[in-house]
Amino acid sequence: MREIALHLLDIAENGVAAESRNIHIDVIEDIKNDLLKVSVKDDGRGMDAETAKRALDPFYTTRTTRKVGLGIPLLKLAAESAGGGFTLETESGKGARIEASFRHSHIDRMPLGDVGATFLTLLVSYPHIHWVFKYQVTSKDGPTNSFELDDEEVKAALGDTPLTEPDVLKILRGMIEEGIQALAPQTEY
Amino acid sequence: MPAIKSLEELKRVREEALAKKQMKATPGHIQVIVAMGTCGIAAGARDTMKSILNFIEVEQLSGVTVTQTGCMGMCEQEPIVQVIVGDSAKVTYGKVNPEVASQIMKQHVQGGMPVKDRVLPI
Repeated sequence: MREIALHLLDIAENGVAAESRNIHIDVIEDIKNDLLKVSVKDDGRGMDAETAKRALDPFYTTRTTRKVGLGIPLLKLAAESAGGGFTLETESGKGARIEASFRHSHIDRMPLGDVGATFLTLLVSYPHIHWVFKYQVTSKDGPTNSFELDDEEVKAALGDTPLTEPDVLKILRGMIEEGIQALAPQTEY
Repeated sequence: MPAIKSLEELKRVREEALAKKQMKATPGHIQVIVAMGTCGIAAGARDTMKSILNFIEVEQLSGVTVTQTGCMGMCEQEPIVQVIVGDSAKVTYGKVNPEVASQIMKQHVQGGMPVKDRVLPI
């Protein structure tokens, strides 16, 4: 996995598979405190303590198509090797929240990557899920800016028009790209 | 929060879509499925998805549903894309990079002819 944004997509897929109805994804770039923090929170079926412990083990997976489950362990490793940390909070029947933090300036920190593409991919392919995306940037000496997209308003405006209609895609992509560009994120040094 | 302007544009698109629907019956439904397990994502499935969405936008291709699925147990063939046109059988493609994805969109989804050399024998 080459981007943190790809990890976000991967972790969000777990939330979809866990039959969540609401999934929140937050990306926080805090240059002032040299911190990059991402989290995915869902209200799916969650995990009991035993399963949550095993989710960190690459040789554990609930799927039947192959024998390894690398998603969570890979993100944990990426965070821990960049001066950060990883937490998984979950309870059976009560959803899950995964947070990974990184030292923003750490030489081994994976690039954040294309957050907008991750948001758009999830929004379009899982229309039955209520998505709330947030991307917040605090610059070195300046204020905090954020981009938020709660898809409820979008879906209300669209009614039953599919999200994959060409003109809808164009507007959604524009909303996300312009919103993120306006933050002037300082992903690279 | 989404800009009010964008929401108004979305409402306009909805009205236009409704008008179009009344004019002609919807053609055979087309479904494009991208495998997005950890293996798919690591192999570039998000860029494949981006290429598919971009094709729909640029070519103004209406009536195509794009969804995702998890790992299908053929991790070495990722990114994997499946295409279902109307009632025909599902066609599964392997190693679909963004270029191959737009070729599939053009030749199979738009033109009705599967891209034979990329079809997985399953």
